[in-house]
Amino acid sequence: MAKSKSAYSFAGKKQKPDTHIIVVWVDNEAGVLARVVGLFSGRGYNIESLAVAEVDQKQNISRITIVTTGTPQVVDQIKLQLKKLVPVHKVADFKREDKNVIFKEMALFKFVANNGKLNKAFEACKNFNPVILDKTNKSNVIQITALRREIDIMSKNLKKFGLVSVSRTGAVAMTRGSEIFK
Amino acid sequence: MSKLYSGAEIVFKCLEDQNVSHIFGYPGGAVLPIYDELKNFNSIKHILVRHEQGAGHAAEGYARSTGKPGVLLVTSGPGATNAVTALTDAYMDSVPLVCITGQVPTHLIGTDAFQECDTTGITRPCTKHNWLVKDVNDLAKIMHKAFEVATTGRPGPVLVDIPKDIQFQKSKYKNYKNNKKSNGKSHNNYSQKNIDELIDLISKAKKPIFYTGGGVINSGTKASELLRELVYATGFPITSTLQGLGCFPADDNQFLGMLGMHGTYEANNAMYSCDLMINVGARFDDRITGKIDEFSPKSKKVHIDIDPSSINKNVKVDLAIVGDIKSVLTSTLKTFKKSKNNFSKSNKHQISNWWEQIQKWRSKRSLDYIGSEETIKPQYAIERLYELTKDKDTYITTEVGQHQMWAAQHYKFNKPNRWMTSGGLGTMGYGLPAAVGVQIAHPKKLVIDIAGEASVLMTMQEMSTAVQYNLPIKIFILNNEYMGMVRQWQELLHDKNYSESYTAALPDFVKMAEAYGCVGIRAKTPEELDDKIIEMLNTDRPVIFDCLVDKQENCFPMIPSGKPHNQMLLGPKDQKEKKITGKGRALV
Repeated sequence: MAKSKSAYSFAGKKQKPDTHIIVVWVDNEAGVLARVVGLFSGRGYNIESLAVAEVDQKQNISRITIVTTGTPQVVDQIKLQLKKLVPVHKVADFKREDKNVIFKEMALFKFVANNGKLNKAFEACKNFNPVILDKTNKSNVIQITALRREIDIMSKNLKKFGLVSVSRTGAVAMTRGSEIFK
Repeated sequence: MSKLYSGAEIVFKCLEDQNVSHIFGYPGGAVLPIYDELKNFNSIKHILVRHEQGAGHAAEGYARSTGKPGVLLVTSGPGATNAVTALTDAYMDSVPLVCITGQVPTHLIGTDAFQECDTTGITRPCTKHNWLVKDVNDLAKIMHKAFEVATTGRPGPVLVDIPKDIQFQKSKYKNYKNNKKSNGKSHNNYSQKNIDELIDLISKAKKPIFYTGGGVINSGTKASELLRELVYATGFPITSTLQGLGCFPADDNQFLGMLGMHGTYEANNAMYSCDLMINVGARFDDRITGKIDEFSPKSKKVHIDIDPSSINKNVKVDLAIVGDIKSVLTSTLKTFKKSKNNFSKSNKHQISNWWEQIQKWRSKRSLDYIGSEETIKPQYAIERLYELTKDKDTYITTEVGQHQMWAAQHYKFNKPNRWMTSGGLGTMGYGLPAAVGVQIAHPKKLVIDIAGEASVLMTMQEMSTAVQYNLPIKIFILNNEYMGMVRQWQELLHDKNYSESYTAALPDFVKMAEAYGCVGIRAKTPEELDDKIIEMLNTDRPVIFDCLVDKQENCFPMIPSGKPHNQMLLGPKDQKEKKITGKGRALV
């Protein structure tokens, strides 16, 4: 990080940044995503990925899942600042390493290649619940669900099988077991 | 069937139900239907400002001096953007404001219509919350919610954007005031255990200090009373931030003066050396803490604040008590009296060494300056102003810069809500319109804006407002022809390269006063100063007081760049020994 120009904001003893998954339940109203995202950009927090959709049509609740990195102090601030927003109902925070939480991302891969390569591509995806969504004699579209870094690796390795386009969602998260976050 | 009201009528019905007596505003195309209704609501008086920023600061002055929310009404586009500075100022200093803006009709939103701007988009980061009203049936609910959000928890500004067609449309009116608690967001979140821990820390402390801030004032006058009771009961020293001045009497022996960048030697050294710091409603701002790594290294820190996100934001604390100051102090005093009835007597010995040390720091007399018989020293001007007004219940506003710091150092505040200044945002041009708002709220009281000549020119047009409404505000300008604080930093940090900090071609402020239809007074020498101030005080009209002061004077003491609390720069004598060199220059 570049040295601050202000004596009063010298970064002191730097803590180690961690990756966290922040889940926010919000009223699904106009501008709510801008409020949440604006808070991150305005205060200089990181967004690695973002997933948002309405989860409760009756009560108009959307669930936003944000992957972010920050020192413990920054992550604390993120949670506290989010809780201050009027449309925010609750905020949960999970560490990426947390064994009790499932994280998943979905990716769509388009391959253009001959049949041999297309078959190899599907084979290479088999650990990540591959589904063929579209197939022609020279292309296909495969859907996989996996962790972020697995998809990172896959999209690199699949180049040789004719991968031409990747589209992926942000991570979504849910706790294991019968408990839900209150 | 119940009566139908237009959107414009509903706006005023809500203001009436919220007991709003004054609104500050400026008309324009997109709010005309609301202005058209004004005549039908006699209990609400509209104050016509000369610029929307002025409306915002006036509403801030009104709010800060009364504890009630300030309301402003402006049009779309430029009306809204002009109000942004004031909204941001209020956001930084936790002032409750309700800003009502007009918007182009719903069907034109998004078409780059005349005087259209994305008001809710622009003001999202500088309000607690904002609303674009898309359905007239939601208007009353949103208006009342706006007041609730502005005034509860940590107060702040909110904005309601009302398209012109919504102002014409009709709906039923329902009073939603106090209908239910805010979204389950409770503000007191502490337990008796926290209070017990605090009492325990208090009883063990050998070098304690109270560090109090604007939160005490926002919590209401009762909070200030409770604070005084606690400080007297413990016998502990107390220092205050810029925004907290007035919540504890400045002339009391236990008060160490303001702390921070231009705080007193004793306050900053006590903060550095203490073993227990009790932060009551302050936020560890960077102007307070100095170098954060060396901020009060040996102390246990307690933080009492209503805003959970203020805790551990800048400084890690040992005990956090999240709650309204008034209720936390009530609980603390209750527990305190039960367990430590004779605490003050028995603890005197424990902290007597501490007080001795503080007296040593005090004897440095860090606010002293070198007097003069030829030129008016700015500190002297404030001192005289204080002496001549201290028997009146005076309200002081300021602009931003050297004069602001001198006012904070040399004017002694003994009551809360008497000191209105832009601390967080540091908005030059705040003081004059704020004085307008204060005088509206307190028509019989003496209201003085301690100003600098550069700041005051930023919102000078509001003198016209003061004249229109017969507001006898006094604009006390410490005129040194420089942007003084900029000049000071250039002197200390940039080898006296006074780049663009001198204002050539200043107006003649006395003639300017006359042009506005108010009174101009000029003081040039220390000898005539008292008489001129008395003349100002005896004038029952708005006055611009042009006080020509020493052009070279700097504001001391000062925590120099990159230094902790215990390495202060004192006045001119001390300065030669501690020059700011090397790395420190790039900082501040």
